[in-house]
This record gives sequence, structure tokens and C-alpha cells, in this order.
Amino acid sequence: MNSKSYSLFLKDFKSELRTRYAINALAMFIIVAISVILFSVGNEKISPSLTGGLFWVVIFFTAMSGLSRAFVSEEERGTSLTLQLIAAPSTVFLGKLLFNIILVFAMNTIIAVLYSAIFEAFIIQNFVLFLVSFVLGNIGLAVSSTIIAAIIAKAGAKGTLYPVLSFPILLPLILTSVQLTLFSLDGISFERAKFELAIVVSYDIIMLTASFMLFDFIWKE
Amino acid sequence: MIWKIFLFLLLAFVSIAGIAFPIVEKPSAWYEFPLIPGLEENAKIIFFHVPTAWLTVVAFFMSTIYSFKYLRKKNLDDDVKSYAAAQLGMIFCILATVTGAVWAKFAWGSYWSWDPRQTSIFALLLIYGAWFALRSSIESEEKRATLSSVYSMIAFVTVPFFIFIMPRIMTGLHPGSADDSNAGPVVDFKMNGNMQLIFFLSLIGFTILYFWMWNVGYRSILLREKLDKKLIRG
Repeated sequence: MNSKSYSLFLKDFKSELRTRYAINALAMFIIVAISVILFSVGNEKISPSLTGGLFWVVIFFTAMSGLSRAFVSEEERGTSLTLQLIAAPSTVFLGKLLFNIILVFAMNTIIAVLYSAIFEAFIIQNFVLFLVSFVLGNIGLAVSSTIIAAIIAKAGAKGTLYPVLSFPILLPLILTSVQLTLFSLDGISFERAKFELAIVVSYDIIMLTASFMLFDFIWKE
Repeated sequence: MIWKIFLFLLLAFVSIAGIAFPIVEKPSAWYEFPLIPGLEENAKIIFFHVPTAWLTVVAFFMSTIYSFKYLRKKNLDDDVKSYAAAQLGMIFCILATVTGAVWAKFAWGSYWSWDPRQTSIFALLLIYGAWFALRSSIESEEKRATLSSVYSMIAFVTVPFFIFIMPRIMTGLHPGSADDSNAGPVVDFKMNGNMQLIFFLSLIGFTILYFWMWNVGYRSILLREKLDKKLIRG
């Protein structure tokens, strides 16, 4: 099962590199989103906690813009039936999840780098905490976004319904990750952030388990 | 029939007791409530606010149970029962939010302050709204039932966090948050004896009312579907 998922992931990855459609669109979206924030803020001085919150706003909307492609593109190109025939549901889900995880990490690294460069108030004092919460948060974001993408791809609702369905599911993750980002900006020690980290870890595990168990029902027509 | 009369009497008593019983400094008669400084007359909203919040979680839980049953047996009746439960859950969620906001206005000064428990009831409202939006976007009956059941179960794993964990660990204004020295008036049984009685009668009465409404609701939807199918087949 592992090598099949990896080949599925490789197929998506290579076709993405060939056309570079998603990467370009998402990179432009990130630049546009950050520009909108810059223009709306104008010359106002924003506090570090506000930049921490806005960081996750950009992450959320970029994820909503880019992560549904994993399943919606299969439906649009008519290849989802083929996929159903050649692989077990959990294999397909794992392959798509791997692709989305790589995509989320790439996007969020770009966002973090741009944020540090553009907003002077965004200075990470506790880098280890930021890195750990970054990794855990990205995994949770990818897992939830992938399962919701599977749902809307089958529903035929595509773009507008995706943020509507994802936001309540992602809310625990976003609330806790914003807290963790603020902690790392303020330089709070790793020890004191253990509770929030535990929440993110349990969110990741719970969503991963629930998604694997429920994907079979979505995928089989 | 008998239990419907009993339910009517129970809810009538709860409503009259909840609204009309006077709040005095030193309660001497069985029908008098003690005075809580700062809340005075407005403490009576607890008889209506907590049951509606409780019922919205019960309704959501039932909706998820019937979603789970549907996914196992693919019986569309289970999907109808899930839908009827969610409809009622949405109504109670709106009621809980509104009564909560009203209570917040005179207890904390503003209708909405993003207190953790207010945030979590808002998140529940979003989950219900997203569920209905998903349902209305799918035409085919089986697909609609399958996808909304899956979403209901995914949303349900986040609900315990919102309802039971988050409001109690985060600092906030609502009773039972990390700021409070106790777990709130309901869990810790800090209310006066007769207030407790009226409160639990209210909780029981509203729960029975919910089950009755849900029963009538899903049966009427099933009947309507049966009639529609008869009309089509001529």
C-alpha cells in the first residue's frame, strides 16, 4: 500500500511540476493576499499579536484556494473512476494527503518568509516553538482540508462551499495555532506552551483517524 | 396522550415558576428564590438558556448517531431522522445564542465579547449552517445522505473540544471558565434547593419536548416523501 500511495503522490507531483498551474496560482494568491493586508493597514503600526493573527488568515485563505485541487481536478478531468478502479480508498487518500502536505508546507514556508520580511512586528523570538507548531499545524491543516476537498469534489459544489465547510472543522486548529504563534512571537518558553501543543497533536491524530475511516464512504459511489 | 398532558403541565409549571416566582433577599416560602447580587431578577434566564444549549448538543449528537446508522445500513429513513434532529438543533442553537447574548448584555455589559463559550456556540451555528448548505447543493438522495453523514461525523469529532474542553480551560467571562473558582452553578450544584428543582424540571421538560418534536418532525417528512412518490407513480 505504501508504494502505491507514493506513486499516486508522485503522479500528482510530476504533473504539477509540468504545468506549474497550482504553484503559480497559489504564489500569486499569497502575494495578493499580503498586498491587500498591507494596503488596508496603510501606515498604521500593527502590534505583533495582530501580525500573528493575520498570518493565519493568509494561511487559511491560501489553503482554501489551493488544496481542493487534489480531488476536484480528478473529477474535472474525468479520471476519478480510473482511480477508484486501480487503488483501495485508503491508498488514494494517503497519496492525495501526501501531495497536500507537501503543498501546505511549501505555501506556508513562503508565507512565513514573506511575513518576516514585510512586517517588522513579526519577529519570532522562540524559534523552536514556532517550528514545532508550524509543522504540527500544517499537518492538521492538510488532513482536514483533504477530507473536506473529497466531500465537495463529490458534491459538485467546488469553490464556494469549500471554505464554508472547512472553517468550522479547522476552527480548533486555527484558534490553538494562533495562540502558539503568539507565544512564539512573545518568546514564551516551550514548557509553558505544552498544553496548546498537546491540543494540536490530539487534533492531528483525531482528524487523521476520522478521515481514514470515513474516506471509504465518500469515495465509493 | 396522557404523557402529552403531563408534558404540557410540566412545561406550564416550569414557565410560570421560572418567570413569576419572586426573588427576595431571604426566601422563606417554597416559591421564593434567593437574591444573587448583580443578577437579581435576571437570574431566571438560567431556566431557559441552559436547557436550549443542552438540547442543541443533544440534537447534534442524535443527528450524528443517525448519520452513523445511515452509513452502516444505507436506510434513507435514518437520514430523514438525522435531518429532523438537525433542524431542531439549529433552532435551539439560535435560541441558545440569543438568550446567551441577552444574558451577556446585563451581566457583562455587551451582547457579544468572544468569550470562549460564546465562540463555541457560534462555531456550532457555523457547523449546522455548513451542513444545511452542503445538503442543499446535492441533488441525488443517496449522495446527499452519504456526504452529509460523513460531514456530520467529521464535525462531531470537533464538538467535544468546543463544548466541553475549550470553555473550561480558557479564561473567560462565562461561569465555569478557567477564571472561576468552581465549575459553574449547574455542575457544582451551587443553586438554592428550589431553584435547582425548577431548573432540573425545566431541563427534563425541554428534553421530552425535543424528543416529541423530533418524532413528529421525522414522521411528517417520511409521510411527505411517501406522498410525493405516490403522486409521481400516479
